[in-house]
Amino acid sequence: MGYLGTGTLTGTEPARAGGGAERPRLGWLRRLAASDDARRLGACVAGFLLLAVMTGPEGSSLAPTSGFSGSLLHPRVFAFIGLGVGLWALITAKRRYGDRARRLSEAISAAPRRLLPNRLARYGIYLVALAFAIVYPMALSQFWQNVLVDQIGVYVLLALGLNVVVGYAGLLDLGYIAFYAIGAYSAAYWTGALPVHPPITLNPFWAIPLAIFAAMLAGVILGAPTLRLRGDYLAIVTLGFGEIIQIVATNLQSVTGGSSGPASVIPHFSVNLLGVHYKWGLGDLPYYYLLLGFVVVILVTFHALEGSRVGRAWTAIREDEVAAESTGINVLKYKVMAFSIGASTSGFAGMLWASQVGYIDSTLFTVQLSILVLVLVIFGGMGSLPGAVVGAAVLQWFPWFLRVHPLFGFQPEDLFIYLGALLVVMMIFRPEGLLPSRRRKREISLAEHGEGTADAMTEPEGAEP
Amino acid sequence: MCFSCFTQNFWNLLVLGLADGFLYALVAIGYTLVYGVLQLINFAHSEVFMSGAFAGYFILNGLIGTGSPHGLSSVAYVVIGIAGGACGGGVIAFLLERVAYRPLRRRHAPRLAFLISAIGASFFLYNLAGKEFGRDAVEIPAPFTNGPVFSIFGAQVTTYYIVIAVSAIAMLVILDRVVAGTRLGKGLRAVAQDAETASLMGVNIDRVVSQTFVLGGLLGGAAGFLFGLNTGVVYTMGFTPALKAFTAAVLGGIGNLRGAMVGGLLLGVVENFGAGLFGTQWRDVVSFGILVLVLLVRPTGLLGERLGRSA
Repeated sequence: MGYLGTGTLTGTEPARAGGGAERPRLGWLRRLAASDDARRLGACVAGFLLLAVMTGPEGSSLAPTSGFSGSLLHPRVFAFIGLGVGLWALITAKRRYGDRARRLSEAISAAPRRLLPNRLARYGIYLVALAFAIVYPMALSQFWQNVLVDQIGVYVLLALGLNVVVGYAGLLDLGYIAFYAIGAYSAAYWTGALPVHPPITLNPFWAIPLAIFAAMLAGVILGAPTLRLRGDYLAIVTLGFGEIIQIVATNLQSVTGGSSGPASVIPHFSVNLLGVHYKWGLGDLPYYYLLLGFVVVILVTFHALEGSRVGRAWTAIREDEVAAESTGINVLKYKVMAFSIGASTSGFAGMLWASQVGYIDSTLFTVQLSILVLVLVIFGGMGSLPGAVVGAAVLQWFPWFLRVHPLFGFQPEDLFIYLGALLVVMMIFRPEGLLPSRRRKREISLAEHGEGTADAMTEPEGAEP
Repeated sequence: MCFSCFTQNFWNLLVLGLADGFLYALVAIGYTLVYGVLQLINFAHSEVFMSGAFAGYFILNGLIGTGSPHGLSSVAYVVIGIAGGACGGGVIAFLLERVAYRPLRRRHAPRLAFLISAIGASFFLYNLAGKEFGRDAVEIPAPFTNGPVFSIFGAQVTTYYIVIAVSAIAMLVILDRVVAGTRLGKGLRAVAQDAETASLMGVNIDRVVSQTFVLGGLLGGAAGFLFGLNTGVVYTMGFTPALKAFTAAVLGGIGNLRGAMVGGLLLGVVENFGAGLFGTQWRDVVSFGILVLVLLVRPTGLLGERLGRSA
């Protein structure tokens, strides 16, 4: 029924598609299918039925329909149909009485902005958030402190790094976790945990610059050639690269320990400098504060970067690559820069995580993790620092919350069903994310009206078409 | 590195490579067709492949059960399996275009948004398949008894390879004719050359795009079934073959149908030669190395990119 909704049909086409003679009996069906309201209702109900299947029981290869029938031929399906109809009613009401609703929603969304008239108030909010982040974890249980470090802190760091690549430079990196692996393996190497030994064994704290350097180097080596090409080629090359790193880590057993990991433990951090002695141990809180400190430093750095010459160059490239190039911006250089900044942040996160957990093996660095970090960035808002932090924290916390409370019957292995659906839904309805960067939001809407590109996917100058 | 393993097995590797290559070619066509009309990589094509395998598995499981067919019934089961796989792939490809692509196309969303939405759809689909159909690999009941039929220079060509070659060649020839000769093919080529002008000439772009996805989905789904006959069916099966098929499409020149066919065969052979040289655990690394190499040295592929010319 594609032709029903578009303006590109010609006189001959509907007749041909209808198979010549129209059957008048189904005339009402056609009219129904042509009505926007009915189609919207169908889409809403279909969406919620899909949700019913997603949340329903599992099937198996012997009974492939049991999952579907258990979720659709069950009284619970009426709840989902009801929700679908409800959503449709909301949408319809919004379309009918949209003006009033829009004014109301604008008033609501403008309220915080009015409360934050100046920079000072905004910094106040940031300070309160920081104080909260410092004090609150002390009140948490051991379990949540652990989640806070392993699942939230590390991923906030990862999301901040990928935000530079996807948000600032408009590139798609699907092998982001490969750099995380490189960071983790560098940490293991320099601390002497791998089967191959380094020239000098270092404390993980001193291995940080080396791990960052290794990840950055890998980023430059991979990025410099592929960033010359179309942006979507970068996506697929990084996807392959992520796989390759994992295969290499598995196969080179004598170097990396393979899929069972190295035998020795990666030591914890310790500082022994200028009279300060401190050793991070098994406890989660010290690592949490270490992470928090690094996150704050990175936030400040990236914020400065965003407004600097480099950040403006990225913006220019995103908005219009050809125009950027013709004003003298070296597009390739800035793309490689963004890519390697992302890579080194990822390597840094991997390094931190490896020394906290003390153990790594090649099965941990899956392509799923790369996609997970991508979802965190997209959800929070591409190109928005608060978005990356809040998006990562909320989205990483929520599955754990569901997992702990058995009421919801959440299966951890279903996580990527929801995350995949979330990506599609975000791209359709809110591509700018939860807490969008104002500039990025404007770019996306401008691009949709034919001005600029809002990404760095166009072909660079000089490449053969 | 083991040159003697390579030289001793040369003919075996060649046969194996051609069999893999035919499957890569079928999947690569899907990438190339979609790339032709939308200039986008369809990241969710791997799930089209997977759905085809599952569709074929369920149909043959229902029909054959524990029996072991032979003779004419084998042929019938193979044809039914391929058709079922193709339908499964086609349906998923159609839905994919409707849900993950069309709303974005309506809005003229940035290309980044398409890639992200397709990646999301891919993860959604394969994890949902894992949930609904079980997460362990299952075997498709054999529609024929696999065994050597004849040998070339000591390399045994089995029934399975012959099935792959014959069905792949048949499908590729049909596709070639469809794109070159039918009204659908004409529309497809028109949109690939210049979508805006095509729409001014009365081509319904939405429908052509949809049909293109389905066409690629049919081939991808059939390839999924053929692949699953040998390796079994599991929800994660799409990822690696699809990545390689994309490599094949780039190798031949993306947007170029004959390029995708040649690229698929070439990649299959080179990859198996690489596996013979370095050991099978490095197979995937070899084909990825080829992807990077092609992108660096000749990003337009061996036969060059040709959007919208009849094969």
